[in-house]
Amino acid sequence: MGFLDIKNATKSYGSMQVLHETNISVEEGEFLVLVGPSGCGKSTLLNMIAGLEEITSGEIAIRGRSMNGVKPADRNIAMVFQSYALYPNMTVSGNIAFGMEMHGIAKPERAKRIDQVADLLQITHLLDRKPGQLSGGQRQRVAMGRALVREPDVFLFDEPLSNLDAKLRVDMRTEIKKLHQKLGTTIVYVTHDQIEALTLSTRIAVMFGGYVQQLGTPKEIYDNPANMFVAGFMGSPSMNLFPAKVVSSNGRPAAEVRLATGSTAAIPFAGEALSSSVGRDIILGIRPEAITDQDGADRNSRAIHVVEAPVEVTEPAGSDTFVVSQVSGKDVTGRFRADVSVRAGDVFPFAFNMEKAVAFDPQSENRIA
Amino acid sequence: MSTAPNSTTFDPAQSGNADSQKRTWLHAVKPARIILYLLLGLFSIYYLLPLYVMVTNSLKPLSEITAGGMMALPQEWTIAPWLSAWSSAQIGVDATGLRPYFINSIVMVVPAVALSTIIGALNGYVLTKWTFRGATVLFGLLLFGCFIPFQMVLIPMARMLGLMGLAGTVPGLIFVHLVYGIGFSTLYFRNYYAAFPTELVRAAQIDGAGFFRIFYRILLPSSGPIAVVCIIWQFTNIWNDFLFGASFSDFDSQPMTVALNNLVQSSHGVKEYNVHFAGAIMAALPTLFVYIVAGRYFVRGLMAGSVKG
Repeated sequence: MGFLDIKNATKSYGSMQVLHETNISVEEGEFLVLVGPSGCGKSTLLNMIAGLEEITSGEIAIRGRSMNGVKPADRNIAMVFQSYALYPNMTVSGNIAFGMEMHGIAKPERAKRIDQVADLLQITHLLDRKPGQLSGGQRQRVAMGRALVREPDVFLFDEPLSNLDAKLRVDMRTEIKKLHQKLGTTIVYVTHDQIEALTLSTRIAVMFGGYVQQLGTPKEIYDNPANMFVAGFMGSPSMNLFPAKVVSSNGRPAAEVRLATGSTAAIPFAGEALSSSVGRDIILGIRPEAITDQDGADRNSRAIHVVEAPVEVTEPAGSDTFVVSQVSGKDVTGRFRADVSVRAGDVFPFAFNMEKAVAFDPQSENRIA
Repeated sequence: MSTAPNSTTFDPAQSGNADSQKRTWLHAVKPARIILYLLLGLFSIYYLLPLYVMVTNSLKPLSEITAGGMMALPQEWTIAPWLSAWSSAQIGVDATGLRPYFINSIVMVVPAVALSTIIGALNGYVLTKWTFRGATVLFGLLLFGCFIPFQMVLIPMARMLGLMGLAGTVPGLIFVHLVYGIGFSTLYFRNYYAAFPTELVRAAQIDGAGFFRIFYRILLPSSGPIAVVCIIWQFTNIWNDFLFGASFSDFDSQPMTVALNNLVQSSHGVKEYNVHFAGAIMAALPTLFVYIVAGRYFVRGLMAGSVKG
């Protein structure tokens, strides 16, 4: 049993089920990120943990105590909202104190805790201002201060960075991570941004269509996606997914693909997992950083296979150059070193690191190897 | 003219700018504009004329009015008509002046406005932040209530007041105005609170505030503009109401409007026009006062829903 237990929790509005049976157990001090496209049920799940939405069936427990039917105020949680939800008529210190006031904490204690939190978040000079006089980043800090001062069991973050501009978002992301490392609190964090999910979390739950598609550490999610949705959603640029056929090449299973020139190439797999599936159609998944120029290939990999393929487009991105080629009718992006001289129209050797390749069933979209 | 230089340092570009501004201003005074202002001035005189007539005639002896000097300034200034209208004029059977009826109106208006505003605010809060199945239908019915003609409810309402034992009393009038007022005040507050971020309510819930505490700590402090709109609207309507006042009141519970009518219509003796004018101004003063005090919030509040602050 974990610190925060979600057991068979579901949510329906009338006949429409927005969250199917969900089981997640969060340990104390974990940073769980719920990530997925809009409408996947992640915010609903967060609101169910907060007590703002009722649970249709199942149970949510914090510290072993069932939270079904417990009011949000009595769950010992704190939440940071996307719009920050600062009370416009109160000063910053009033905002931070409100929750403590409602919970009957004495004034001297309140003042002490406000000072501590303001010091931690470097907002001491803002305490007497109204939210309307603050910038986006400052409001964000105040919203976090309001949550921190409660010293809750679980922090809930609902897309807290999506209203900030790109640079500030990266800065605040680092701050949140630092804060988590320093305080060791348990956090459940909702976002649609897969980079935020990968950088912040200790574990990720990728959600889609009301189901948790995969629950695991960022590395597991990134390297071993459970299905094509997770593979395509996590990572930027996203994983290349293209049809292939399992063939036998020199006694080893290989993926046969069609190149833009019309010829086919057989790329041998690193493992033997598909040796009994010769003849089967699969979807091959391979991340852009596993398709490189020959010199840029991973030296530790034992399964580099070079394919000569025509280059369709090059996209220099400063630190790398993304090179696109047509494979089996799909655009496949490789991540080349920035100084490789490659031009559109050339036929160029692409080095496939097949240790990083995964295979999916085209019908069920589930992982098969 | 906001760009006119106000710094002390000399800047040729800026002073040149000021020159050109002066020129354009002079340039703007064209004959068409003069005619426009003359016309506007004429219209404002036309609109202010009744007020002038009322004020001047309420300050002169009756003999000056009956002699035909309606438009003239008083030759002999007097406040006697005002004193008479207030405390000694014949109204109905008693020579009490308008004072008791003025008090009746105040006693009726203040609770009716306060209660309908508070209930409207609560309704708006529930209809937007604690919605329930059928909330939209309920709101639709409340809105429908706004547009039921007064005449239609006279007889059922008389029966209701009789059953409640409130017939012919000031509390009875308060009840009638409250029932009619809630529709409008709910409409105002519902639309205002619909634009109020629900996340604030959720944050307060998590912070541990209950239903009423969220209402008066979070929503009410931000409701100033719409409250002013609602108060002005309710105050003007209830104060100026004649039909309910005439239908549901007794001699000792008549509001100001009904008493003013009785003063003007009283058939015996001489028609004291100066006293009538003074009484009419008295009946209009409270609404005028409310407009002057809160008028600028009125416009601001009406705009509040449309423009994001």
